[in-house]
Amino acid sequence: MAPISTLHYLVVAAALFILGVIGVLTRRNVVIVLMSIELILNAVNLNLVAFSRIWGLHGQIFAIFVITDAAAEAAVGLGILIAFFRNKETVNMDEVDLMKW
Amino acid sequence: MAQTIPQGVEYVRILPEIVLSLFGMVIMVLDPLVDERSTQKLLGLIALIGSVAAIAATLYQSQFPGLGFWGMVKVDGFSTFFHILVTAIAAVVILSSFEYMQVQQIRAGEYYGLILFGAVGMCLMSSAVELVLIFIALETSSISTYVLAGFRRRAAISSEASLKYFLLGSFATAFFLYGVALMFGATGSTSISVIAQALRLSPVPVLAYAGIAFMFVGLGFKVAAAPFHVWTPDVYEGAPAPVVGFMSTAPKAAAFAVLLRVMFESNAPGRLWLIWVAAALSMTLGNVGALVQQNVKRLLAYSSIAHAGYLLVAFAALANNGIPAAMFYTASYAAMNVGAFAVVSHLAGAGERYVTLDDYAGLGRRSPLLAATLTIFLLSLIGIPMTGGFFAKFYVFSAALQANLVGLTIIGVLNSAVGAYYYLRIIVVMYMREAREEVPAIPVSPALGAALGISVAATLYLGLLPGRVLEYASRSAAELLH
Repeated sequence: MAPISTLHYLVVAAALFILGVIGVLTRRNVVIVLMSIELILNAVNLNLVAFSRIWGLHGQIFAIFVITDAAAEAAVGLGILIAFFRNKETVNMDEVDLMKW
Repeated sequence: MAQTIPQGVEYVRILPEIVLSLFGMVIMVLDPLVDERSTQKLLGLIALIGSVAAIAATLYQSQFPGLGFWGMVKVDGFSTFFHILVTAIAAVVILSSFEYMQVQQIRAGEYYGLILFGAVGMCLMSSAVELVLIFIALETSSISTYVLAGFRRRAAISSEASLKYFLLGSFATAFFLYGVALMFGATGSTSISVIAQALRLSPVPVLAYAGIAFMFVGLGFKVAAAPFHVWTPDVYEGAPAPVVGFMSTAPKAAAFAVLLRVMFESNAPGRLWLIWVAAALSMTLGNVGALVQQNVKRLLAYSSIAHAGYLLVAFAALANNGIPAAMFYTASYAAMNVGAFAVVSHLAGAGERYVTLDDYAGLGRRSPLLAATLTIFLLSLIGIPMTGGFFAKFYVFSAALQANLVGLTIIGVLNSAVGAYYYLRIIVVMYMREAREEVPAIPVSPALGAALGISVAATLYLGLLPGRVLEYASRSAAELLH
């Protein structure tokens, strides 16, 4: 069996990225959409750490920043979602419909 | 690594950000301590002082150009220009928020804090020359604006705007990050100057092309360029009017600054057709969308998409006159758009009830001065001579012609003609139609008057004497390029 190379990690990351994008575009529950965005961010992390094998520690440190930011974003996002829920009593994307052109 | 401890002068290179953060934190600490009724004025005043102090700090800082913090930030003419622009926008928006907050009966403490924290991120975006810092700054600015968009918490429309902005915004950030990760993989660095060196070697790795494309998608979302513009009309309609004035100008200017650095300084490969398509689409979709709008905030949202398109035309031009044209455009767009939204926020009334075109009928008779002010901003948005909007468009299109972008210039000029229709429609409604129902006229408060005065002055100044600003922009562009 061939050893696991950097390319393998990149393929996994690309798969995670695509799954995340599909999740954001097709899921109707806002919480699951949020989770899909986190999935994309984790694809980014995997990429960064994999590239660190070639280029050195830079990527790993960047990944820590990304994780921190994902936490901050989730906190604000859930806060916004609660504010929205208080007004509309739903977390379904199809009911986010007050404004349409 | 020559030195491990930052020197004093390096702190000067992030001085405006330090000042803004300190004032923001003071506001957050004071907010629960001071009496609820006086909160409004006091905290707003502190924020105003903070943003003016940040302008002063920028002027002081501009005497110490150079790199700081291990090549993370760079103070040059370019960063100074955007620092002053962002902090000035923040100051004007704070001025125009006093009255709005009172009318809407919103407790305002963290509102002013968030504007300052957002400004910190936007300032850093313009001076960052390292993708990690650019990302952190972008998020600081974005997260603050997500919250600001939902500040009318009781109104369903506002929290819906905030939710949409947040979901699409963080989706865009994720794209941007993916691009950064690929760029890191292709070049082995996150520093823009090192990336530029790596990209000069041929052949350019395929990963770099993918990285640039993803980063462009992410930033395209932030500047509301088509085809990543779908969030704009909804968010601008639902968010509080002064906040829209803020987020349609300051984060956009900062994102354009990042785009200028990434695209030109790193000499990004394959950028031309990407920008060409985005510019043509933004101008067309923005202007066509605006034609049918009845809600003034929504109309201005489509107009801001169109203006992002005009701005992108400058990015497709050659660097030596494209960069100054883009810088001039961001400044004059900021002046007229902040002003227009200040008028909109005044007229909106409690609960933002009066925001449709019909509510503007007869404004020319009800409050002639306010109508005249809005007319100046609208004429500038059309691009009539004597206003900033004219020279902004003129420089962008002449830069495009010098780069032989005849097709794109024709699309742009045709679109400006389409745009004239819907801006003029507002003016016609204000002056030539009778008001159907009684819309209460609230007297303009001194703070809002000051905000409008600054915006009008800036719009006319850029329209009558554009020389100094343009010369400054050209000089800092030359500095950036060599």
